Amino acid sequence: MNKTLFLGTLAAGAMLAGIAAAGTLDDVKARGVLNCGANTGLTGFGAPDANGDYQGFDVDLCKAVAAAVLGDQSKVKYVPTTGETRFTALASGEVDLLVRNSTWTFSRDTDLKLDFVAVNYYDGQGFLVRKDLGVTSAKELGGATICIQTGTTTELNLADYFKSNSLEYTPVTVVDDADAQRQFLAGACDAFTTDASGLASARATLPNPDDYVVLPEIISKEPLGPVVRHGDNNWGDIVRWTYYALVEAEEKGITKANVEEMAASSTDPEVRRLLGVEGEQGKFLGLDNDWAKRAIAANGNYGEIFETNLGESTPIKLARGLNALWSQGGLQYAPPFR
Amino acid sequence: MQFTRTEMLPPRAPPVSQSGALKWVRENLFSSWLNATLTILSGLVVYSLVKLSAPWLLHAVWNANSLSECRSVIAANFGPDAGGACWAMIRARWYQWIFGFYPPEVYWRPILNFGLLFVAMAPILFSDNLRGSVKLVGVVAALTILGLALAQGSWGLFALLSAIMLVSLAVAAWAPRYLLIATVLYPFATVWLLWGGSIWGPLLALAGFALIVPVYRALSPRFGLVVATTGGVIVASLWWFVLQGYVADALQTAIPLGIVAVESDKFGGFLLAFLIGVSSISISLPIGILLALGRQSNMVLIKALSVGFIEFVRGVPLITMLFTASLLLQYFLPPRVQFDLILRVIILVTLFSAAYNAEVVRGGLAALPKGQSEAADALGLDYWQAQRLIIMPQALKVSIPGIVSTFIGLFKDTTLVSFVGLQDPLRGITSIVRADIDWKGIYWEPYIFVAAIFFVACYGMSRYSLYLERKLGTDHR
Repeated sequence: MNKTLFLGTLAAGAMLAGIAAAGTLDDVKARGVLNCGANTGLTGFGAPDANGDYQGFDVDLCKAVAAAVLGDQSKVKYVPTTGETRFTALASGEVDLLVRNSTWTFSRDTDLKLDFVAVNYYDGQGFLVRKDLGVTSAKELGGATICIQTGTTTELNLADYFKSNSLEYTPVTVVDDADAQRQFLAGACDAFTTDASGLASARATLPNPDDYVVLPEIISKEPLGPVVRHGDNNWGDIVRWTYYALVEAEEKGITKANVEEMAASSTDPEVRRLLGVEGEQGKFLGLDNDWAKRAIAANGNYGEIFETNLGESTPIKLARGLNALWSQGGLQYAPPFR
Repeated sequence: MQFTRTEMLPPRAPPVSQSGALKWVRENLFSSWLNATLTILSGLVVYSLVKLSAPWLLHAVWNANSLSECRSVIAANFGPDAGGACWAMIRARWYQWIFGFYPPEVYWRPILNFGLLFVAMAPILFSDNLRGSVKLVGVVAALTILGLALAQGSWGLFALLSAIMLVSLAVAAWAPRYLLIATVLYPFATVWLLWGGSIWGPLLALAGFALIVPVYRALSPRFGLVVATTGGVIVASLWWFVLQGYVADALQTAIPLGIVAVESDKFGGFLLAFLIGVSSISISLPIGILLALGRQSNMVLIKALSVGFIEFVRGVPLITMLFTASLLLQYFLPPRVQFDLILRVIILVTLFSAAYNAEVVRGGLAALPKGQSEAADALGLDYWQAQRLIIMPQALKVSIPGIVSTFIGLFKDTTLVSFVGLQDPLRGITSIVRADIDWKGIYWEPYIFVAAIFFVACYGMSRYSLYLERKLGTDHR
């Protein structure tokens, strides 16, 4: 009885929070600041730098949304969230938008009453091994010791994968990535498994990166994306289409540098609609017509954001892979701006 | 013939086995077969530990811009397979471990605040030891001035702040009584210095306390102590929660006085650990004492409430309390009310440690013979007088080790706030620095650095409690 009462109160409180925050766009505009749930320690995706300014691939999406909605990419308050607090912070209204390398799963979308509005990074679990081990495929890892973080989905994926391939392995449990890297370096395990993006940055910081190789197999699907609350579809649309605007911009060759020029001179009707030269597209979102132009001008298009934070020019050197545009063999595909 | 000696023999040195180092070794390390074995075994353990860590410590690098640079310096100096500590990481980012993201141009505020903390504590820590108090304030003033000299800021500001510290020292030396004023004002000064903004808020909050006195004076002759106190608190609360905001705004418009505001999310590192630790420690002791008294009370309601609170809080892990602070409270508050996360955490950590303190103090109370309170009654002292003059001084004296170990535990537990997204020095800041591609892959150095600072603080507390025990002579010799 008491428990029911308690849960009821909680649900009522949540609903109240949900109703009152129904107009997230109005709230953000009134506040003048976008509250963005961020990661505090994931190389390349989101972390404060030496000056305490947040940088990264996920952070740039927050900035793009702030630029689209508020006209200024610096008007973001980054709320540090942990793996445990992130979804509650969103549900309780503490943040308007969560961009924290969160995997889109069925239960999160339905049971937690959240909306994953897009996938800004297609990740997946992979393996890092020493080259002199002579292994070229994860299927040859039978009998290996594997460093694995406990209590994560990666642990379950690993068990599934080895079971379905009837292979044996010995798990070496580690507490976090830093611990895993230390153990792997010390030779406590033959392979280290986590998301492929994490493996790339781990490999980049090992003493001799060329002595190590990431195996080609990706054993799980980890679509990471921005999350908003259930029930505020207009706000969800804004985040979704801001993201698609960045993808579309890459496809159309609109960059941070040439966005003004494209707006002035392009004859492509789709570019003109996207950049607000033609049509009234911003109005449908409750924004002005320059929203997409500002989002792109903030940190460039999707490809530029990828390149500055994760790509070949950074020490992480991640290849686009699945995150290339659909026209280049990847999965990034923006619906038409029409 | 004479066989009698004519002169004294010179004294001979004692046998080798009965003097000097050999005797000490024999008696202390090899007095029996068991001890000899244990000595040899522990010697081996110490040797292997030193052998393991010494090269790593000796190969330390202080000047580098990234972990890979550290590695190449070590490889160049000590061979390709040598390992070594990369303290360059601490050198590059120490300020984030100390201040979090606090704006560097106003580092003087936390530094001054930290110095004033000891000035405010001196009259309490060394209540009847002038020399101790002056020594503490002197050392702290010197360190604070040094810290301020290293921080950014104009010369005028530096002169002003140094003057504040020197005046504190002078007061501590020649008018120690007046140092208590600093103690009373310190909490308000902390809030203003750390969070900044208008000075009127803290000043008017202080005025709220001043309101209690006249109300109490007006009511107490006619209605007695309880009603008068309650009345005072109600009037003060009305002032704090209803009127103060408007008055502060009005005053700020009329006479704008203030410093740059710093938001809570800029707090981190040891600034945060000390803020949470010191506030919780200082507030939880009085609450703990009241709870302990409540638990022993004859009044059923008060007793039940105290027992319920203590048992409930002690039955719940601190992590749960922190999650409550960060997640649950937000659901119950109206959506637009942003109740500061640090404040929420301080409140719940305080309640948590108050429950533990209550039990420690209750242990002290239980150690007192019943005759003490009966004697107090026989003298005609009322309840509070008896507690203040007879019971508490003795009970607290007995409980000092327990209380201090609760405090030390609490201070170290402040690192748990990283689970609710605050930037504690151990996990929060460390993971932020490790996320930088330059320092990713570093492991032991941040832990050792943070542990060293925690050790200094906790060891200081422990030494102080030993001093206090010695001074109060708890062993009834």
